Amino acid sequence: MKGANTLANQVLNVVNFLILFPFIMAIIIFLLKKASPLRSAVIILGGFTIMAAAIYVAVNVLMSGDTSQFVYLEHVEIPTYIVIGGEVFLMCLVCFLSIKYKKYYAILFSLAGTIPVLWMDLTGRAVEGGTHLRIDTMSAIMYLIVGFVGILICIYASGYMKDYHHHHTDVADRSNYFIALMFVFLGAMFGLISSDNLGWIYFFWEITSVCSFLMIGYTRTQEAIDNSFRALWMNLLGGCGFAAGLMYSNMQLGIANLSVLTHTEHSAVLMIPVTLFAFAALTKSAQFPFSRWLLGAMVAPTPSSALLHSATMVKIGVYMLIRLSPVMFNTLTGIMITVIGGFTFFAASLLAITVSDGKKVLAYSTISNLGLITACAGTGTQEGIWAAIMLVMFHAVSKSLLFQTVGDIENCMHSRDVEDMHGLIIKLPRLAFIMIIGICGMFMAPFGMLVSKWAALKSFVDSGSVWLVLFLVFGSGSTLFYWAKWLGKICTVIHQSFELEDITPRSELVSIFPLTTMIIVMCIAFPWMSSTMVQPALNEAFGGFIADVIGMEDMIIMIIMVLMIFAIPFGARFLAIGKNAKMTMSYVAGVNAGDDRHYIDSFGKERALYMSNWYMEDLFGEKKLLRPCIYVATVLVAVMVIVVVGGAI
Amino acid sequence: MTVEMIIKAVIYVLLAPFIGGTLAGVDRVFAARMQGRQGPPLFQPFYDVAKLLSKQTTVVNSIQVLFVTVYLIFTIFTGALFFAGGDMLLVFFALSMSEVMLVLAAFSSNGPYSIMGAQRELLQMMCYEPMTLLVAIGFYYANGSFMVNDLIKAEIPAIVQIPGFFIGFVFILIIKLRKSPFDLSTSHHMHQEMVKGLTTDLSGGNLALVEIAEWYDLVLMMGIVGMFFITANPISRVWAVLAVIIVFFLETLIDNLFPRVKYQTMLKVTWSVILIFAGTNLLILNVLK
Amino acid sequence: MKISKSPWVLHYDGSSCNGCDIEVLATMTPLYDVERFGIINTGNPKHADVLLLTGGVNAQTAPVIRQLYNMMPDPKVVVACGICACDGGIFKECYNILGGADKVVPVDVYVPGCAVRPEALIEGVVKAVGILEEKKKKLKESMKAGYCTVDYSKMAVHMTSDDYDPSTQYDAVLTEEALREQAEEKIKASARPVAPAPKPAAPAQGAAPATNPAAQAAAANNAEKGENK
Repeated sequence: MKGANTLANQVLNVVNFLILFPFIMAIIIFLLKKASPLRSAVIILGGFTIMAAAIYVAVNVLMSGDTSQFVYLEHVEIPTYIVIGGEVFLMCLVCFLSIKYKKYYAILFSLAGTIPVLWMDLTGRAVEGGTHLRIDTMSAIMYLIVGFVGILICIYASGYMKDYHHHHTDVADRSNYFIALMFVFLGAMFGLISSDNLGWIYFFWEITSVCSFLMIGYTRTQEAIDNSFRALWMNLLGGCGFAAGLMYSNMQLGIANLSVLTHTEHSAVLMIPVTLFAFAALTKSAQFPFSRWLLGAMVAPTPSSALLHSATMVKIGVYMLIRLSPVMFNTLTGIMITVIGGFTFFAASLLAITVSDGKKVLAYSTISNLGLITACAGTGTQEGIWAAIMLVMFHAVSKSLLFQTVGDIENCMHSRDVEDMHGLIIKLPRLAFIMIIGICGMFMAPFGMLVSKWAALKSFVDSGSVWLVLFLVFGSGSTLFYWAKWLGKICTVIHQSFELEDITPRSELVSIFPLTTMIIVMCIAFPWMSSTMVQPALNEAFGGFIADVIGMEDMIIMIIMVLMIFAIPFGARFLAIGKNAKMTMSYVAGVNAGDDRHYIDSFGKERALYMSNWYMEDLFGEKKLLRPCIYVATVLVAVMVIVVVGGAI
Repeated sequence: MTVEMIIKAVIYVLLAPFIGGTLAGVDRVFAARMQGRQGPPLFQPFYDVAKLLSKQTTVVNSIQVLFVTVYLIFTIFTGALFFAGGDMLLVFFALSMSEVMLVLAAFSSNGPYSIMGAQRELLQMMCYEPMTLLVAIGFYYANGSFMVNDLIKAEIPAIVQIPGFFIGFVFILIIKLRKSPFDLSTSHHMHQEMVKGLTTDLSGGNLALVEIAEWYDLVLMMGIVGMFFITANPISRVWAVLAVIIVFFLETLIDNLFPRVKYQTMLKVTWSVILIFAGTNLLILNVLK
Repeated sequence: MKISKSPWVLHYDGSSCNGCDIEVLATMTPLYDVERFGIINTGNPKHADVLLLTGGVNAQTAPVIRQLYNMMPDPKVVVACGICACDGGIFKECYNILGGADKVVPVDVYVPGCAVRPEALIEGVVKAVGILEEKKKKLKESMKAGYCTVDYSKMAVHMTSDDYDPSTQYDAVLTEEALREQAEEKIKASARPVAPAPKPAAPAQGAAPATNPAAQAAAANNAEKGENK
């Protein structure tokens, strides 16, 4: 018993370190103004320290077998004052920047969210509650994601920002500020996933909102400012929802802890804070109608998009939903969340077909996948949460890899358009292979995303959500289309093309290679992940043991498939398949001008030949589809909030 | 249990090309008779493939061969999984993966006809993917399992509960078997579309591999059609075979009756058919449950 | 399995009056129904075994025919359908007509007629199929010599109708014989310690002149490949 306690204390120390150290790192990096080997060294050293600490915590928690011991801080005075001070600071910062850029509406949201909470805290109406920190399996999983993926993105950023400013001379070099922000963000993430006290969660929630706002506005162009304020007001709106939920649960229900909230008996009154938190989660996860901030976030340098999209920002929303999920089972809130998620999954995947900007495709795919996770969490079934957690993990790794690779490709080719990636496998073979693995990880059969989707499908069928099943099957079709056509572009082999110079710096490869390996390892280690990470998390959420969601036989078959896929290229090389075949040109009606890229027209002149991908903008273009989708989703959200909150009152 | 599964899979791998090839030959004879011609010999597809295998293979790039090989391997794997009694959803996921491989083979050639064919094939996949997944879900609704092994032990045939799914599936079979109104990406034999679309830049041995893969695929699809009728009762297998024959004949008839449509029409029509038949069926099932 | 059971044809119209083309299509109709013999009109050189040429060859279509021929995988045969394809026919004296199909590709079967009768056409194809069988046997022998590593994709066909000049044209048709010669050269070259410059490809039916740079390059390429093996 004593041993367990010392272990818990050790873990607590590391958790404290994890929350505070990124802030210290941020200050150090902020002081190192110029991009220098010293700064890179600091980032790499600090980053790996954080990663090691996060892995230490996660492993200890996962291996302990009993996560109930990792609860801390029964009574706290000083940290609470820090939290209150931090909230005031954030509010002032938002007000200052809003006035500076003449976007006064942001002040309104900020005040509306912060002042009532401050009032509640300062007048002592807040419930003291139990523990403030709580590390359970779900937190451990998030620790792994944030610690691994988030830190790799920070390391990637150290090299990327140098190149970025090399290409974008018009943007003032504030890379120290940018990377510092990223560390602040990670600190807030660690804080958020460790906190059990709702007030603390709210504080960290607001930090991430403001941080993302600052990162999106990094370039200070008009577009960046507009987009950053859009992100700000949407997230602050979510923050207002959160604040309202926080106040209601504190003052009416007397609940200050998330874990207490999720383990309370069902009642209509309970659903009010749950709905409000879910609403906040929708804004953070960029579900329709709040998805436009995520698309706008593309203006920022790639590391921030990778950070916002894969490991952190958007994952907070779904993290909250997964936490709330057991409460939402079979409630109106749950159903509405599921429908909004399903709808987002389908609509965003259609929209992803119509855009050609690589990062935008990734953005829509993020929205779409988050929709799926949201929908899974909304069902509140065990399979649903199983699928949601798996999706979160696979998505974090694959998506951050894809973002980083697209960023590198942009640095090498000065374009991130999917069309310009034509023949990438010849031009930049190394990046192309990484890209292929990343894309396969997003949609191909034996890879993680698809497996999780499969579990999602099962959970939807079991929970009887017909509409969701339909959304999912149709969405799968369109998801396949936009990924496969991108994959096709990359795999096109152009004759007489040449290899471009791969200028990816080593610091970026330090980040990219582990992620690539991670995707492959996760595909194979998938059953193990299910049993050691996801099942315990399910047990905690629902209590009691839960049977395997995907049977062992299927797991074996899938592992066979993964191995087959990786064996085939080697086999082909070994067996020399195709070595004896005769080379010809591709068929261009007999007027091929010799290199597959030109033909001779009817006037006898040589013309360039290029096949563009299909975007089908006339069928479901952004212009046609985006607004109706937002309207529909707005109505859904409004119905959810009004009916649940109004109905209970 | 597992030994039995492996035996079933091996039987499929060995027999499917013969059944598939013969079915393809029957299809060609049917088509010829419908057009008032005598048509080729029944085993013409085998002659074709034998010839293609003996011919020299020309390639545009060596990756092409790799993709086509993977396509064949995964198609066989998919079918083996189905006939061994595996998970229906996994079967369909593996199937779409093998199709993607063929598409990539076309993409890699950089030829205009190939790439057009590849894009259209992707669109076709987008059209039928919802239905294939729904079929698995339909069986799950009907018999409470995704495993083919459990499904064939049903008390009453699945068609009774999921007729809408059957209609939808037969409809998307037109796409899957590359039959006329929807043979946009590539077409068979006497038809032509964009030269040969997807397979334009494949030749010799590569083309033979694609043909063989399509035989395997054909058998798999017919197997799924049969699944709608199979119960624990052995006599139901006769009904299943009968249904397969009727559906196969129907597909050939449709092939010869309808002209090719534009891709927009295909997308709208297939998705509407899936929604109306399978979707309604799903709703009703859900209400009844 | 005999190749003659499934000859797939590619039909190309050099510059005909379309009379022969109509007849070619007529063979597909229920009346003649060539699918009885497994014949399919593929429209794709990469799938075809038999190249049906109609009409005389003019400056614009010559390179196209060459390219189609080169793209067809071996073994392959060429059937000249109709008198124009055989030797130019009534258009022979026209300023733009180079002559029959054999001016650009090696023709195996000549089917006369104006327009060619479907019966004659079918007979021609059947004859061609016989030649195909022989060629297949030859191919097996040549495969052993390893000639099939010729990289056609490296051979440019930058040829436009404006500057057509047989003497400068360098998209040579590599016939069986030429390829075999090349292969023999290669074997000889690899036997010697220092590889001398290999001889260029033998001219095909007077189309490709002996001094043709691309063919030389291609041949040199082959030699290199051969050495690497």
